[in-house]
Amino acid sequence: MAQVREPEVALADTEALISGSEAIAVACKLADVDVITAYPIRPYDTVMQYVAKLVSNGEMDCEYIVAESEHSQFEIVKHASAVGARVFVGSSGVGWMYAFEALTVTPGLRIPMVAMVGNRALDDPGAFGVEHNDALAVRDLGWMLVWVDTAQEALDTALLAWRIAEDRRIFLPCAIGCDGAFLTHSQSMVKIPIPEKVKEFLPRYDRGDLRLHPDNPITIAPQANEDWVMEIRKQNDAASRRAPGVITEAYADFERIFGRKYGNPFFEEYETDDADVVLLGMGTMSMPVKVAIRKMRKEGKKVGFVRLRWFRPFPTEALQATLGRFKAVGVIDRDYSFGSPYFSGVVANEVRTAMYSAEKRPPVVGFICGLGGREVTVPAVREMTEMTFRAASGERLTDTYWIGLRE
Amino acid sequence: MNRSYAVEIVYRGIFQKTLAKHISRGLVLAASKEGKTGISFGRYGDSPERNGIPAKNFAIVAPDEETLEESMAQYEPKHVDVTISVDDTLCKGVESWAWYGLQPINRLLNPGGHLIVTSMLGFDDLLKMIHVKDAPYNLATLRAIPSFSGLWVYKDDHTDVRLLGTIARLVPEMVSLKAIEQAILDEWNDELKMLSARKAYERVEVTEVPSGVGVTDTPYEFVLPGWKEMREGVTIRSIEMGGTFTDPESGKTGGYRPATNPYFKKFSTRTMRPVVDFDTCVKCTLCWLQCPDSCFDVTPDGLYDARMESCCGCGVCEAVCPVDKCITMVNESEFTDNASQWEMWKADKTGYKTWLTEKIQHRPDRSHGFRFRGQYAEQIQVMSAVGMTKSGNEKVGGEDTTEASAGGD
Repeated sequence: MAQVREPEVALADTEALISGSEAIAVACKLADVDVITAYPIRPYDTVMQYVAKLVSNGEMDCEYIVAESEHSQFEIVKHASAVGARVFVGSSGVGWMYAFEALTVTPGLRIPMVAMVGNRALDDPGAFGVEHNDALAVRDLGWMLVWVDTAQEALDTALLAWRIAEDRRIFLPCAIGCDGAFLTHSQSMVKIPIPEKVKEFLPRYDRGDLRLHPDNPITIAPQANEDWVMEIRKQNDAASRRAPGVITEAYADFERIFGRKYGNPFFEEYETDDADVVLLGMGTMSMPVKVAIRKMRKEGKKVGFVRLRWFRPFPTEALQATLGRFKAVGVIDRDYSFGSPYFSGVVANEVRTAMYSAEKRPPVVGFICGLGGREVTVPAVREMTEMTFRAASGERLTDTYWIGLRE
Repeated sequence: MNRSYAVEIVYRGIFQKTLAKHISRGLVLAASKEGKTGISFGRYGDSPERNGIPAKNFAIVAPDEETLEESMAQYEPKHVDVTISVDDTLCKGVESWAWYGLQPINRLLNPGGHLIVTSMLGFDDLLKMIHVKDAPYNLATLRAIPSFSGLWVYKDDHTDVRLLGTIARLVPEMVSLKAIEQAILDEWNDELKMLSARKAYERVEVTEVPSGVGVTDTPYEFVLPGWKEMREGVTIRSIEMGGTFTDPESGKTGGYRPATNPYFKKFSTRTMRPVVDFDTCVKCTLCWLQCPDSCFDVTPDGLYDARMESCCGCGVCEAVCPVDKCITMVNESEFTDNASQWEMWKADKTGYKTWLTEKIQHRPDRSHGFRFRGQYAEQIQVMSAVGMTKSGNEKVGGEDTTEASAGGD
C-alpha cells in the first residue's frame, strides 16, 4: 500500500483541466471509495490509470485490485459491496460483456455498485470507437443507466450515482455511460468541489441488515426454485419504481449543496421552448447537434434537442409530457437493435413504447448515426432534422434511417 | 375411456431416477398401443440428481390430444388417479428439493384412487407410515425390495414392468394388460420382462383404506411469505447458534445442541437411520465430527445423540464409528417416530438394550448401493420368490439364471 499523505485541504472549489475519465477518478477520491477493481480495456483503462496514479501518489486510500479478468473484477467489488464497502468498477465493450454473469447477479443481490462504462463498439470488428450497445445490454436486468455529456457532468453524476445507488430504498447498481474518445479522452475545465461538500452530500454507505458480517450472519444468494423467484424479481421491480423519486431528491440536494443546477434530472432540453420538432439522443452527440441547431435556428427552423440522461429508470411520464408538445421527434441512436421493430435502435423503440399510451403522440423517426465512433456531423444533424420536419408535415417515415453511411 | 388419467411415481433421487422414467414412459407407450395419447415427464423443480431426495415423475394418459392439453396446462397434476411409491419409506411423506414442508404420500390421490407401494411389508405396517386421508382409497402392494435402479447403475430387477402390470390390473380403463405387454416387447424386446408384468398383474394385493385410517400426525407446513415480507437482496438469516440443554434424568445442564432450520428438515430423504448403543460408546467424537448434517447433539453426559429431524440417513457415522455395533444403520421402516434415543436410554437402560437388539436385526436391504458383498445375489433370490421373472441377464452367485422358470413359480 502506498503511504497516505495528509490530504491537502481545499478551502474552496478548484478548477482543473481534466478528461471525463479523470473526472470520474477524481469523483472516486472525493467519495472516499473503499474498493476499486480494474482490468485494462480502452477507453475505460484511462480511469484505472488515473485511479492508480491517485493511489500511488498517496492522494487516495483504497483497495485497488487489478483482477485477472473483467468477470473477477466485477465479482470482487460485488463481494466487497456486500460486506459494506463503497465500490467503483468499470469496463468497456466486450470487456463489460465478459463480466456479464457478474453483471446479471448484481441487481438481484441489491449491490449498489457504481460502474463507469467507457462506451465502445462491441467486437467484431475490433474497434475502439463509441457505440452504446455495451452498457445497453444490461437494460433489462435492474441496472440503473445514465449517460453523461461533459467531464463536469461525469464527476457530478458519479457522486450522484453513489448517493442514489446506496440509498436503502434502491440498493441497485448504476452504470455511467461515457462515450469513448469524445468524453473519456478529451480534457475540459472541471470544477472540483471541496471534500466537506461531498461529505455532506454523500452519507456513509450503510448496508444495514443486508451486510455480510459475522455480527449479522446471513446467507446470500441461495439456490431458489419457482416458489421464490417471482417475489425476488418483484422486489427488484419495486426498487426500480422507487428510483425516480430518489433521483429527484438527490439532484435537488446536489443543487443545494454544490450550487450547480441540472434542472430536470432525467433529460436536458435545448431550444425546445418554441420548437416544432426535436431530436433526441444520449451522450456527447449533443455537441454537434447543438451546433447544428444554432445554425438552423438562424435560418428560422424551430428545432430543439432532448438529451436523455437516465435511460434506466426510463422517464416515461416526463417524456410523454415533453415530447407531446412537438410535431415530430427524431431519435438518434448510437447503437443498433438488429431485427427489432422498425429495425430501430434501442432508444427509438423505447421512446415509441413510452409514447404509445400518451395523449399526444407525435411521429417518431428512427435514425442510426455515429456507430463505431464515427463523427455525428453537422450536415448529418441537418439531414435528420429535415426528415423529422417531413414527418411533422405528415410524411410517413416508418423505416429506420442510417445517416452518414457510405452507400 | 372418456377422460384423462394421471399417475405419479414418487421415487428417490439418483437411486431410482431411471426406474421412475421407465414406469412413466412405459405407461404412455402402452396407452399409445390402444390409440390413446399421453405424456411422461419429471417434476422439473425436483432435483433428482441428489442422493435419496424424494422426487416425482408423472404420466398423463388421455383419449385424445385435446383432453391431454387440458390436463397438461399446469406445472404438475393437482390430482392423480394412481400414486406409485417405489420405496416404502417414502410412505412417511415427501419433502422434495422442490418445496418446503412434508406432503403425505397420498395427498394428490383422488378419492377411490390407488396407492401402489413396492414393499416387503404388509398393509398394517405400511399404514403405520402413511398419513390419514379424508376419503377412502385403495392401497396395493407389489411385493419387492425397493429397487435400486438409478442414474448410474440400473439393476434390472423387473420392478418397472411389474408395476406396469399392477396398474393394468387396478386401472384397466386407463391401460390394458395386452397393451402393457405389447409396449414391453416393443420397448425392451424382452419376453421375460413381459412375463414378469403378467405375473404381477395376477398377484396384486389390494385393500381399501377407509377415510381416517393412518398416521394422524400433522405434516409440518411452511407458509411462503409475500414479496413485501421477504428479506431483500436474496438473503436469508443464518441459523442461530445452538446451546446447552438439560439432562431430563439428572437435571444437569450442559452439552451442545446445534440449532436447526425449522423450514428445512429433509428427513424424508432418509431410508435408514443410525441407532446408538450408549453403553458401548467411547466418546471418541468421530460421529459428531463427521456427520455432514451436524445432526448429533452432544449430551450433558458427553454422549452423541443423532437428532432425527436433521439426519438424512447417509450412514457416515456408522462407517467412522470404531466400536463394533455401537452405531448401526437400521431400515427406516422400523420406526414410527423421531424420538431421542438418548432420552429413551436415560429413562430405561434395560428396556433400551432390548429395543436396540431388536432394531439392529433390521439391516437395511435397500437403496444406497450395496452394503455388503453378496447382497445383490440375496436380493435376486428374494425378488424371484415374490414374483420377478429372472431376466437371465445376470449371473447370480454362480447359479445359472437362464434356467429360471418364466412365470411358473
